[in-house]
Amino acid sequence: MTSTATETSGPPDAAEPETSDEQPSKSLTPSLARRMSSYGSLVGIAILAFVLLVWAPSTLTSFRLGNLGRYCAMALASMGIGLAWGRGGMLVLGQGVFFGIGGYAMAMHMKLEAAGPGGVPDFMTLYGDGTMPGWWEPFRSGPFTVFAIIAMPAVVSFVLGYAILKRRVKGAYFAILTQAMAVAFSTLLVATITQTGGFNGLNSFSTFFGHNLFDPQVQKNVYRLAAGLVIVFLVILWQLYRSRYGELLLATRDGEERIRFLGYDPANVKLVAFMVAAVMASIGGALFVPIAGIISPLDVDASASIFLLAGVALGGRASLFGPVLGAIAVGYGRSTLSENFPTQWSYFLGALFILVVLLLPGGVASLWPMLRARWSSSSEPSRSSSTGDDAVESGDADRVAPAATS
Amino acid sequence: MTASFLGQDYLEIRNLTVDFDGFKAVDGVDITLHQGRLHFLIGPNGAGKTTLVDALTGLVSGTGEATFRHHDLLSMRSHEIVRLGIGRTFQTASVFEQLSVLENLDIAAGLHRSALRSLRARRTVPEPVEQALDTIGLTALAHRPAGILAHGQKQWLEIGMLLVQDAQLMFLDETVAGMSGDERDETGELLKRIVADRTIVVIEHDMEFLRRYADFVTVMHTGTVLAEGSVADVQADQRVQEVYLGTATEAATHG
Ligand SMILES: Nc1ncnc2c1ncn2[C@@H]1O[C@H](COP(=O)(O)OP(=O)(O)OP(=O)(O)O)[C@@H](O)[C@H]1O
Ligand SMILES: [Mg+2]
Repeated sequence: MTSTATETSGPPDAAEPETSDEQPSKSLTPSLARRMSSYGSLVGIAILAFVLLVWAPSTLTSFRLGNLGRYCAMALASMGIGLAWGRGGMLVLGQGVFFGIGGYAMAMHMKLEAAGPGGVPDFMTLYGDGTMPGWWEPFRSGPFTVFAIIAMPAVVSFVLGYAILKRRVKGAYFAILTQAMAVAFSTLLVATITQTGGFNGLNSFSTFFGHNLFDPQVQKNVYRLAAGLVIVFLVILWQLYRSRYGELLLATRDGEERIRFLGYDPANVKLVAFMVAAVMASIGGALFVPIAGIISPLDVDASASIFLLAGVALGGRASLFGPVLGAIAVGYGRSTLSENFPTQWSYFLGALFILVVLLLPGGVASLWPMLRARWSSSSEPSRSSSTGDDAVESGDADRVAPAATS
Repeated sequence: MTASFLGQDYLEIRNLTVDFDGFKAVDGVDITLHQGRLHFLIGPNGAGKTTLVDALTGLVSGTGEATFRHHDLLSMRSHEIVRLGIGRTFQTASVFEQLSVLENLDIAAGLHRSALRSLRARRTVPEPVEQALDTIGLTALAHRPAGILAHGQKQWLEIGMLLVQDAQLMFLDETVAGMSGDERDETGELLKRIVADRTIVVIEHDMEFLRRYADFVTVMHTGTVLAEGSVADVQADQRVQEVYLGTATEAATHG
């Protein structure tokens, strides 16, 4: 590989007339293969959109569709983890916190909706003296709730991220800090039973922005909302990954110090990814609530956060589709296995996780480019050696694979 | 902004000291770097050359003064120093191996790009990037991952990145180490071409390369400046011969 490169390159003073004449426009436009692979992702998104938005609602039972909707809600958080961890190198072990912020905000609004105008959520009279804390009041308003679902995680992740990243905390320390955050958050929820429902969480909702949640048509629409947002965010991430910011984020992941000496503050680059990931998790949490009908500390604690992460690692943390498909697969595996083996399923999932991390660090998504590279090198050896396209393709395939888990 | 500084840019280092828990890796150094000349910084291993550059680029903290365009570099953070027009390479090549040559250069060109614009994908190749590709002779490899480049090509890519980030003052830390003879010559010629309107500091051990391309030489030893002047001046200096040239000539003939 290195020798080919030496031959084809001009030395620095090759700026002689003949070389500079033939070069500019042609060799500087991206190769066809490269552009195809970028737009190929759009085809993939379209296929997934068809499956989630057309095929599933018309085929699955409402119970199965509800399950799929829950996986979609979790997939939103997972996609954010793919951005922060896969592309940004930040091992976020506490995304449950942001999932919980969105989830609880939505649940509070729905509790207040169920309580009726001026009413107080049932559990407050059950466990407390029936007075509602003042900070619940704004969540009576639907628009405020939607605003809070986006603004709260953005603000919290900005403050946390700024404090952590500006101090150049990374690697295991970053992971431990975010994990500690999830532990603290769920502990706080459990401890404040009169204000947050404590260990039971918030449940028994009746309406979602005025729509009866027991109506199958409404359930279907809530599912469509979750699945639709998965598609929307896939498109957003697709654009983000191919943008200059996406390249910069990868470069920051692989050479943080180097980036500093190109005039960027790597903390800012990572902060953006961390905040987007937090907002995505929050939106996921908010959609989880009307579909699952409950949010409790168990859905947002440290182990819930790790479950989200496991799906991302299985699917392929740095790829566009890996986190979504991983989240859906883990969610599906989790419910199927727990139906049949209520006690052993988490061991099985843990074992699978370890296997993938050991044997396939790039996740299942990395199988595809590997297979493609193998196939093209065995079936078309002449083509790849003459044009060098093969090298570009395989370079593309593993360019997103993180160098190390940091 | 460059026009008004042409020919008169300089970095003035006064009494620069870097103290690692009592060990002074750089000890009261005075150096003035002028635009338009290839300023070589030499000295035996551990002389403090890299540490000096680290202090000037915000990587370690130092005391004293280092004034460039009325800014004191010692009180600034790395990315701010870069934005002032100062760039450096590292002793170990550090291009982004998974990004293409073009993407590496494009990132280096992006420090003045607005946040909003960086959310778009690159459609055309920016003018400075195209020029740099041409200058460093890597146009044909623009879309290959930087990881496949030969050692010398990676070093050229690093120089190209400094060019597109429009560094007026460049520190090149052992850039030609490990290069073949031809590659060294090409690098020397490249530096001569680009130095006219810049200040370039070259840290090197190779005496042959020094003789051919140095306009000015500063010799460091145990954190202090031992001698300064033209190649001939420095070579004639008794102390330099004692502490440095003997060992360096040996090293050069080995390599
Ligand atoms: N972070 C540090 N903490 C303590 N001592 C250090 C540190 N960095 C460098 N040193 C010491 O400072 C001295 C100068 O090191 P420096 O790397 O600047 O030398 P150099 O001139 O670049 O040498 P070389 O030619 O080997 O690159 C050495 O003795 C080194 O061990
Ligand atoms: Mg050094």
